[in-house]
Amino acid sequence: MLEWIQSNQQIIYIVLLMIFLGIEVIGRVPSVLHTPLMSGANAIHGVVIIGAIIVMGKAESGNYLALILGFLAVILGALNVAGGFVVTDRMLEMFKQKKSK
Amino acid sequence: MSQSILTLIYIIASVTFILGLKMLSSPTTARKGNLVAAFGMVLAIIGTIFLYHDDEGNYLHNHLWIFGGLAIGTLLGWIVAKKVKMTAMPEMVSLFNGMGGACAAMISLIEFNHLSHLHAESGFSGMSHGILGIILLGLIIGSISFAGSMIAWGKLNGSIKDFSFKGQTIINLLFLFFILAIATFVIFIRPDATRILVYIIFILALVYGLFFVMPIGGADMPVVISLLNSFTGVAAASGGFLYNNKAMLTGGILVGAAGTLLTILMTKAMNRSIMNVLVGNFGGGGTVGTAAGAGGAQPVKEINASDLAISLNYSKSVVIVPGYGLAVAQAQKTCKELEDTLEANGVEVKYAIHPVAGRMPGHMNVLLAEANVPYPKLIDLEEANDMLKDTDVVLVLGANDVVNPAAKDDPSSPIYGMPVLEVWNAKMVVVVKRSMSSGYAGIDNPLFYHDKTKMLFGDAKKVLQDIVTEVKAL
Repeated sequence: MLEWIQSNQQIIYIVLLMIFLGIEVIGRVPSVLHTPLMSGANAIHGVVIIGAIIVMGKAESGNYLALILGFLAVILGALNVAGGFVVTDRMLEMFKQKKSK
Repeated sequence: MSQSILTLIYIIASVTFILGLKMLSSPTTARKGNLVAAFGMVLAIIGTIFLYHDDEGNYLHNHLWIFGGLAIGTLLGWIVAKKVKMTAMPEMVSLFNGMGGACAAMISLIEFNHLSHLHAESGFSGMSHGILGIILLGLIIGSISFAGSMIAWGKLNGSIKDFSFKGQTIINLLFLFFILAIATFVIFIRPDATRILVYIIFILALVYGLFFVMPIGGADMPVVISLLNSFTGVAAASGGFLYNNKAMLTGGILVGAAGTLLTILMTKAMNRSIMNVLVGNFGGGGTVGTAAGAGGAQPVKEINASDLAISLNYSKSVVIVPGYGLAVAQAQKTCKELEDTLEANGVEVKYAIHPVAGRMPGHMNVLLAEANVPYPKLIDLEEANDMLKDTDVVLVLGANDVVNPAAKDDPSSPIYGMPVLEVWNAKMVVVVKRSMSSGYAGIDNPLFYHDKTKMLFGDAKKVLQDIVTEVKAL
């Protein structure tokens, strides 16, 4: 366990700092923006697609399980990213109109 | 060389995620923030495809598959997101969240297979507990998030009903315990006998996600989606651990932390705790419904559109309380028309927005903005409660639980303590509703039998059109 912490200390630091940053960054969000913010955060965790791309790109041509699952993972990840950002943009488009009026 | 460019790209991507999230929490910069984060994401994706290589210098192959998958997913997501009605936004977010969870779970499954192949040849002694643990973490959380999000999606669009049975909380805890127990066993004791056990964990986690969301009432769905959203963030971060990929790690943990805080903020807006939402069976009816039974027999006073039009037209100030019923009827534009007509006749019109009006916090603001209602006309809970005392007519359009006086004066009510709009302080209250049925919380509303209250039954859009016609005819 201690050994594992030692060899992964960099990552552990990142995790700890990101937790505080995540809390700090949205700490003062008005309730009006709760839904768009949730939607935006939803799009950002679509970054999981990078993992899907790596898995897909590494799969050997004979390994059908990895190929099929990886292909599916890429599709799902892309859905999360594209859908997430577009939906958020549509919500926020409304706010823009309102401001300019 | 290419590795260092990729590292730079990942650093830029991480910064755009942080900046994007920061900008998303302020109304003036929100839209730009979303675009900034999207830009970072595209950069990271393209960079990964062309620049990523493993320690032995092997670049990624299967480009055709990768681009094919990207094209299908992007196109599908784009079209669905563009076409969906504003009212259906919350379930859309849930659906996309589920996709992300499933993606994380699949990555874990593949990586596990890969790992067990590798170690089948060389013996299991060298297998890292840490890596195995992270793979399982991604698998479990991703699967729970996927199954839970699908249920939340189904509940919000009405195709899945609430379902709960006695002792469900205990059974859920048992499920969770089994999942964790098997996972611990696999990681620390028998990493060699894992194949079947990992599939069992996968299935148990899916079932747990199902059972976890099933009993939670529709009114609490936003909180659940927000929570599952942060789950998926953690699942994505576990992938970052696995590939030592800092962009995935920062993005995932950031969303995990921010999502958790957002969940807490939402429950605060409803004056409830997360435990209360997750364990308590809100909306199940049951014992708290006694008041409802008695209330059902009480008479209500009705009003018709022309009388209401006169009352509205000759009052000085009108406050509209929009609720989900307004959104369902797609009546936000007609509502705006009524506002314009009344304003033209010298009536002051405001909208009182409860923090949880609609189906998600902020949902109603988005819907009214779509109908071009100017921002200063929307007033929040506290300001509205001050103003309601001097208001002549309050028009409640398809809202219910957020104007329920039981939240203030009936300690036995399940929503007791929730901040509500105190519309009964105004001189007259008119509630437009399709029927006497109860709101999302499944409880009766004494407001309907209040002295000052008059009811107007009908579809919100139809009723509003009638009122507009009548006001114009005056």
